[in-house]
Amino acid sequence: MDTTEPVIVIKDLCKAFGSNVVLDHFNLNLYRGENLVVLGKSGSGKSVLIKCIIGLLRPDSGEIFVFGQNVPELSYAELDQMRARVGFLFQSNALYDSMTVRENLEFPLRRHWLHVEQKEVENLVAEVLESVGLAHTIDMMPAELSGGMRKRIALARTLILKPAIILYDEPTTGLDPITGMEIIDLIRDIQQQYKTSSLVISHDMKLVKRAAGRIVMLIDGKCHAQGAYSELKNSGDPKVRAFFD
Amino acid sequence: MPFFSIQRPIVDEIGSLTRFTLRFFREAFRPRYEFSELIHQCFVIGYKSLSLVGLTAFIMGLVLTMQLRPSMVRYGVEAQIPAMVGIAIVREIGPVITALIFAGKIGSSIGAELGSMRVTEQIDAMEVSGTNPFKFLVVTRTLAATLMLPVLVVLSDAISLYGSYLGVNIYEVLSFRLFYTQVIDNLAYYDAVPAFIKSYFFGFAVGIVGCFKGYYSNKGTEGVGRSANSAVVMASVFIFILDLLAVQVTDLLWEL
Repeated sequence: MDTTEPVIVIKDLCKAFGSNVVLDHFNLNLYRGENLVVLGKSGSGKSVLIKCIIGLLRPDSGEIFVFGQNVPELSYAELDQMRARVGFLFQSNALYDSMTVRENLEFPLRRHWLHVEQKEVENLVAEVLESVGLAHTIDMMPAELSGGMRKRIALARTLILKPAIILYDEPTTGLDPITGMEIIDLIRDIQQQYKTSSLVISHDMKLVKRAAGRIVMLIDGKCHAQGAYSELKNSGDPKVRAFFD
Repeated sequence: MPFFSIQRPIVDEIGSLTRFTLRFFREAFRPRYEFSELIHQCFVIGYKSLSLVGLTAFIMGLVLTMQLRPSMVRYGVEAQIPAMVGIAIVREIGPVITALIFAGKIGSSIGAELGSMRVTEQIDAMEVSGTNPFKFLVVTRTLAATLMLPVLVVLSDAISLYGSYLGVNIYEVLSFRLFYTQVIDNLAYYDAVPAFIKSYFFGFAVGIVGCFKGYYSNKGTEGVGRSANSAVVMASVFIFILDLLAVQVTDLLWEL
């Protein structure tokens, strides 16, 4: 695996909501097989960033290359194909609450442009549930699951299309510290097992310390600093140090 | 304050709804077609509204007959009650009341369901997993509402007439066969067909407005409640406007 090849390249990304400038000429590279954490305060534009990457929000200007394709310029069909290779774990999990766990997991496979045979669908569902350690929940409804279990099922649903990149939106928010740790370990395990590149946005320093290969600090809409945990922890910049103190 | 500044939110809303409706037609005719979800929605929207529509229709027929009777007796034309009730129910009361009940039950439920899916990011999750949420959620629900309301109107008319038959029999003895013969003899093509056709438009209005309000819901749980509420209000207003237009168009076509 070529770990120097960027799978996501963001150049001069700008996004504002009215007079509120959220991203101001933001730049970022995500390399193949990398675990990158974008660290920033609440409301700093982290979620806006990954929603721009997946095409849920349209940037005001700038370029977002995912596997060499500029996302804002893609047609709906091309965006669909790109999304098959990029998984997205929502902060709220976004499980379909009128469907069982099985139906939630089958949903992307049955409706996507990829045509998957029934037997293969069943195998994939069993495999991803096994990966997140929740094979017994297959016929349960999301409302019957705990917060941590819901997060795992949401992760399983993300994994079912075997994405090359996974975008995590605040994966430990709302979880107790022990469950949060389990999710962090799961993210690392999945990255190793499926050889995915991960872009995690968070303000959870435990996650950053345990899961980040590299950290990008999003401050005032810009890439303020980047580096390994140990480098940033010893930084002299007060804005950076504020996160570690 | 200038007139147009006051009216601007209304104009914006109508513009957005028009764009939403045009998108519905664009998406509805383009594959992929979500047949199984459409059938499921027909069951949810049609079958599950049946008991409420049936109950209200029965009471409507019964009460209408009982309210009408004193006036008819005063003029000595009580024998015309079946004919009069039949025409009133089939032409106007059946479609409009059923559509209003339908707006209350289905419009609000679609608005709330899609609204909560929007605020919990389930619609975004569909989009990122390669599903067209507009096609899966909006097209299926709107089509199901459009197809199911006329069926409910026909059933509601039949149940209302049965209620009316019982209402007549509270005061006098009239056979079921005679009651229905009097109703059918006095109904013309002009009474039944336009009423049936307009119920498709009512169903479409309820479906599209419910989906529109839910799909663009925001501001958390408060927004969901507002979506459900405004879906009912807006759909009810549209039902009356469409009814007014239907009368004009029917009269115009009849004169031709």
